[in-house]
Amino acid sequence: MDAVFYIAAAVAILATIMVITRLNAVHALLYLIVSLLSVAVVFYTLGAPFIAALEAIIYAGAIMVLFVFVVMMLNLGTKTMDTERTWLRPRMWMGPCILTAILIAEVAYLLFKAGAATQGAAAVVPKQVGIALFGPYVIGVELASMLLLGALVGAYHLGVGKRERLETPDVIDSDATRTASGRNPVRPGAGGSSSAA
Amino acid sequence: MLSLLRTIWDVLLHTFHHRVTVQYPEQKAYLAPRYRGRIILSRDPDGGERCVGCYLCAAVCPVDCIALQATEDKNGRRFPEWFRINFSRCIFCGFCEDACPTYAIQLTPDVEMSEYHRQNMIYEKEHLLIDGPGKYPGYNYWRVCGVAIRGKDKAEAEHEAPVTDLHTLMP
Amino acid sequence: MTSFYPIAIIIGVLIVALSIASGLIWLERRLLALWQDRYGPNRVGPFGLLQVVADMIKIFTKEDWIPPFADKPVFVFAPAIIVVTVLMTFAVLPITPRIIVTNLNIGLLFFLAMSSLGVYSVVLAGWSSNNKYSLLGGVRAAAQMLSYEVFMGLSLMGVVVLTGSFDLSKIVEAQRKMWFVIPQFVGFVLFLIAGLAETRRLPFDLPEAESELVAGYHSEYSGMKFGMFFVGEYLGVTLISALIAVLFLGGWLGPCLPPIIWFFIKMFLFICFFILLRASLPRPRFDQLMSWGWKLMLPLALANILVTGAVVLAHR
Repeated sequence: MDAVFYIAAAVAILATIMVITRLNAVHALLYLIVSLLSVAVVFYTLGAPFIAALEAIIYAGAIMVLFVFVVMMLNLGTKTMDTERTWLRPRMWMGPCILTAILIAEVAYLLFKAGAATQGAAAVVPKQVGIALFGPYVIGVELASMLLLGALVGAYHLGVGKRERLETPDVIDSDATRTASGRNPVRPGAGGSSSAA
Repeated sequence: MLSLLRTIWDVLLHTFHHRVTVQYPEQKAYLAPRYRGRIILSRDPDGGERCVGCYLCAAVCPVDCIALQATEDKNGRRFPEWFRINFSRCIFCGFCEDACPTYAIQLTPDVEMSEYHRQNMIYEKEHLLIDGPGKYPGYNYWRVCGVAIRGKDKAEAEHEAPVTDLHTLMP
Repeated sequence: MTSFYPIAIIIGVLIVALSIASGLIWLERRLLALWQDRYGPNRVGPFGLLQVVADMIKIFTKEDWIPPFADKPVFVFAPAIIVVTVLMTFAVLPITPRIIVTNLNIGLLFFLAMSSLGVYSVVLAGWSSNNKYSLLGGVRAAAQMLSYEVFMGLSLMGVVVLTGSFDLSKIVEAQRKMWFVIPQFVGFVLFLIAGLAETRRLPFDLPEAESELVAGYHSEYSGMKFGMFFVGEYLGVTLISALIAVLFLGGWLGPCLPPIIWFFIKMFLFICFFILLRASLPRPRFDQLMSWGWKLMLPLALANILVTGAVVLAHR
């Protein structure tokens, strides 16, 4: 089980590095999916199969599909690739890298100080997760659901308002052109004068 | 919603319906006598060629697949020296049959004429000419229109019917 | 013996799943023909059974072309995803109490995870083809499968509430007294519809929609890459039918006959039903599809969970 954990962790780190360095947005997202899946495997080896499944279903399966969806619709061309290339100069990534290195050093120090990591804990079954969520953490769950409901209503409001603004002028425009020309805009034989004779 | 369920049920009932496919090589489909298939050249009831080499079929053919050369025998009777139909171009429209004044060229209910080589799709006169009168058994063009020979014009022989005045042939 | 048995099971399940999927190509053509008063393929071998072999030879010897404008790595990778994800799910499928590759205690969630990953195959195939029709197909697939996955998961939660476990074997064992199709009829119908949408079969085949999008996401695919999508679709149909049998019709349970026969009878019943739907139903408009999913199916699934939970609590 140890080997599985370390391999999955290594894959996760490698994939995440690839996410940052890819120029093509869709390729980056693919590596992000791999990264999330390897994190799911890490969760599984640590004895949390329920969270592992949720990670795969919700993050890798649902949220990332939305990301891919949006990136597909944006149709990012070679121009964005060039922008990405300029962003990947050492000047741009040096600062965050140093800060992250400090964090990693701190985590490593804490890990070694505490001794071996707590691995191979007893598996957490879905029932325990449910009892924990709706027992001691019920307020958190309720707050999160309120927040999500608010976001849902807000998104719906934005979508409806935009649609009305977009559609109304269109209808008036096409009606106006139709009445102005006084006939069906597409008329067979309208192009040539021979049809009049 | 209910209509969807009904559609599913109706389609399921087709399990017990008769299948309409004709299993072709074993079972032939019915082709009507006037079906427009392979083209033939027919003969009179007395066995003479009907074709008089008038070129009307070649002229009317929209894809120009008919070619022929008219000639005359020693009595001055016209007939095709050679007659060639390129079936790889023919669209079986039947215009040649309509144009033919003597019912010589006819379309038949035969469609099985596939070939491996394109050259084999070109039918010469000996492939086209059949021994019978085809779809019009009693018809003899020369009996209907009459024949003018040296010293005798049309309809001047004994027992010969008078020439039909074309202007009286109203539908 | 102990080490050999699991490997035999794995290979057996793999071979059976793949041969059923390829056999379905023949079965579907014959059944569609039956319901359209035709014969279908009946020339190659007895009843046309060798048609599958002929098709396979044809598809293997076809030119495997990658368009020069395509995004090559993703283009090659995409068809593999669908086959891999579906085959992975067969690992947790309990065919009989003894024939099961791995008895995962989160088997149901594993299925949902794998089916949600299967979307990538279609979406990435559409994007990497770099073709407008393919992209439209990919976009449609993403939107359709996201919306139908939501209530697909929710429709199964009624079964989970009744069983108290995500373990597929336990779910089957819990149906000894009564098949879940009776208490969970709404969940059954919802899962059937969602499963149909997940496999992109005919009433929900908007991502490929031959009559409007050429072939949607696999317009640019040829040879065995196209074959992978083809086999993936039929594997999906097999999987969804098997899961319906396991989750709602008591899996291997049944009188007289051995368990494995019961399992296959139930599975093939639903495979035939899927083909019947293809023969009879027209394709809806895309906005109809989306509003059906979000405005009708999702509330129904939520209400189903609510009622099931209330009844289970009241009986306790």
